[in-house]
Amino acid sequence: MSRDERNTWIFGVVAIIAYAAYVIVIISRADGGPISAVDYVAPLLWSVGLAILANIVANIVLGILASIASGKEAMIKDQRDREIFRRSEYIGQSFVIAGAVAALLMAMAQWEYFWIANVIYLAFVLSAVLSATARIIAYRKGFPWE
Amino acid sequence: MGVKPTRVSNSIRALRFAHGEMTQADLAQRVGVTRQTIIAIEQGRYSPSLEMAFQIARVFQVPLDDVFQYGTSEGESS
Repeated sequence: MSRDERNTWIFGVVAIIAYAAYVIVIISRADGGPISAVDYVAPLLWSVGLAILANIVANIVLGILASIASGKEAMIKDQRDREIFRRSEYIGQSFVIAGAVAALLMAMAQWEYFWIANVIYLAFVLSAVLSATARIIAYRKGFPWE
Repeated sequence: MGVKPTRVSNSIRALRFAHGEMTQADLAQRVGVTRQTIIAIEQGRYSPSLEMAFQIARVFQVPLDDVFQYGTSEGESS
């Protein structure tokens, strides 16, 4: 497994776990009341911050373990890695655009900040998961959608 | 989901064996890519850039056509 494929697994798994933890915290804080009344800002920032930190730590730790196991090759990034990254990011962008459009319409309709912030966060997570999935498929199967 | 092969086929595997049973790792090192990339090219899961194709041909000291072939129609190699 190349360095970028390994990092993609970490990226996708961390994004799912961080978002799931955030949703659990929000639901538990609602405690039967209206969910939009929950103070979501701190949990959201913690979720994003810890996800970034977990990504960095996991990349370093697994990178060291991989280089011990398979030497210098575990750290090489080549043209195929760059192509796969570029194409998968392009696919993931669709959710960012969908989230931005949804947030724009919600703001125009004067929805509560809670829903606007959360639809944007959900779009970022879905974008991350979709691009990570596309990247892993590209590593394993090539580019079957092209 | 099945693997969709590219229309570019290649003779890298045969050329490796014809060149002293060169390993995928050796070829990868000489071209400057990962072993996974060589495996993906050999299996038709990835079409290399023109520059990488020339680099691979140069390792074997053969013309590009001896390494890569392009299918003239679906599933057919020239």
